[in-house]
Amino acid sequence: MTAVSAPPDAAQAASSARTGTRRRLPRPRFSAWHLLLAPMALLFAVPLIWLALSSVMSNAQINRFPPALWPSHPDLDGYRYVLGNAMFPRWFANSFLVSLVTVTANLVLGTLGGYAFARMRFAGSRLLLGLMLATMAIPFQLTMIPTFLVMKQLGLIDSLGALIVPSLVTPFSVFLLRQFFLSLPRELEEAAWIDGCSRLRVLWRIVLPLSRPALSTVAVLTFLSTWNDLTWPLIAINHDTQYTLQLGLTTFQGQHHTQWAAVMAGNVITVLPVLLAFLGAQKAFIQSITSTGLKG
Amino acid sequence: MSRVPTPITLSRPPDNRRALRRRRAGEAAMAWTFVSPAVLIILGLSVVPIVWSLLLSFQADDLVTPSRWVGLDNYRALAQDPHFSQALRNTVLYTALYVPTSMAVGLLLALALNRRIRFVGLYRTLFFVPFVVSATAQGVLFSFILDPEFGAANAVLHHLGIPSQGFLTDPSQALPVLVAISLWSGTGFCLVIYLAALQDVPASLIEAARLDGADRLQLLRHVTLPALRPVTVFLLLWQIIQSLQAFDLVYVTTKGGPLGSTTVIVYFIWEQAFKNATAGYGAASAYVLAVALGLIGLILQIVRRRLRGAAV
Repeated sequence: MTAVSAPPDAAQAASSARTGTRRRLPRPRFSAWHLLLAPMALLFAVPLIWLALSSVMSNAQINRFPPALWPSHPDLDGYRYVLGNAMFPRWFANSFLVSLVTVTANLVLGTLGGYAFARMRFAGSRLLLGLMLATMAIPFQLTMIPTFLVMKQLGLIDSLGALIVPSLVTPFSVFLLRQFFLSLPRELEEAAWIDGCSRLRVLWRIVLPLSRPALSTVAVLTFLSTWNDLTWPLIAINHDTQYTLQLGLTTFQGQHHTQWAAVMAGNVITVLPVLLAFLGAQKAFIQSITSTGLKG
Repeated sequence: MSRVPTPITLSRPPDNRRALRRRRAGEAAMAWTFVSPAVLIILGLSVVPIVWSLLLSFQADDLVTPSRWVGLDNYRALAQDPHFSQALRNTVLYTALYVPTSMAVGLLLALALNRRIRFVGLYRTLFFVPFVVSATAQGVLFSFILDPEFGAANAVLHHLGIPSQGFLTDPSQALPVLVAISLWSGTGFCLVIYLAALQDVPASLIEAARLDGADRLQLLRHVTLPALRPVTVFLLLWQIIQSLQAFDLVYVTTKGGPLGSTTVIVYFIWEQAFKNATAGYGAASAYVLAVALGLIGLILQIVRRRLRGAAV
């Protein structure tokens, strides 16, 4: 997990040092690689551009053959429809609430668990940690049927609780934070501890302020997987007042097959939060992905 | 921290050690308080379900009425179920098309971006953005673009004078089209991982090879690609796991059709357990998937150890 802890500036300095030997050469005017990259980039961008364009088209423009490829009179009817007539605002709030609680719980419980496994001595800690690690290899499909039955026993099926409880804390969060805490210098914490600071206080005042990169990795990846999940909401939720955005969107599409502009407006609303979060914190996003990927 | 400084080291009481020992004893209780929520949730929602799943797989269960013990019947039935073998074939085909292509294109793009050219940041953003778009949103978007009647894809083909295609409604095209959608969203992940790994290839290694007179292709073959081997094994494992577990995109776009041509294994499991109310049968097929995933993981883990051993 060293990649997580390396401050971005240091990584940048290192990479510019690597290319430093070539810096004196004049910058090439045009690289032939653009002939590959530009069309490919266009291909990757077109579907999302089309998503945005069609969400402001009229149904008349879409429902003819061949359909228009450019909105002649852009309007917001699609958005008006999904925000007014459909339950998108409710589903948005559900998704938001589930994501917020899940991310917060993973940060709190992951920190407590990760810290105990990294720094505290207690009987059975190695065995427990090994068990938790092993559960990361279990595919969700193997546990989903009994998890459904457990949630049913708890009376949570068809409520947001069923979406939150199983992912309150993942082994990934605990393990990632443990690895990060292990990489911090011990001396600082021990001095404070011997002087009578409680463990909780040491954690709060000394460890957490140093752990922002790891905490943001946990937050980013937990948010992404919670917001984007469809499988579990599909299993655990029946009633449309409890839908998440993903579940609502696919049901809405099934019911309004000919109102493509409204479907695409709903799609934009579903994608936009993740897209904005990504574009706003691109560096943290990509670092989260590569740091877990390269070490995983 | 601001209130700590008062009595730091000056007059520490002599029974310091004993106090420390007492605190260590109290520490175990504290540690258990810290870990127990995580342990209860994680182990409770994995160990219990694993055992339960195994028991379920030996039963006939519709999730409502009491279940009945049927021994190995579910597994026997799976071995003879043509729908299950079709799901297996579809999953293997999907994986065989998606995994190598996403990795090869990702590597190619990473090699192209790992040099001093303009717009590197913009390119990387454009290639990676689809990765954060949910499978649901992708499915809804591409159902629209690829709609045989009202879709933009057929409109473009029409302008080019090419006859309309069925895409997701055509049994012979649906699975490759799903692979293409997955490539749109998954290639950026391979690209970003490869790009980070390329930037970690030591410059001294490349300089040395250059001084020895290696040309670009030799450099790629004998220096760069060998250095990327551990990352390649990781990506291979990751992408295989992802594609064997594909579900959301299939559910949103084709629901396994047309004619079962896109029923992948997880769709089969979901259908058995939650649609056909044959949870025991679903659990048995989930066990088949889990064992397959475990074996693949084990093999690639061994390969990885070997590579690491060779690198040292």
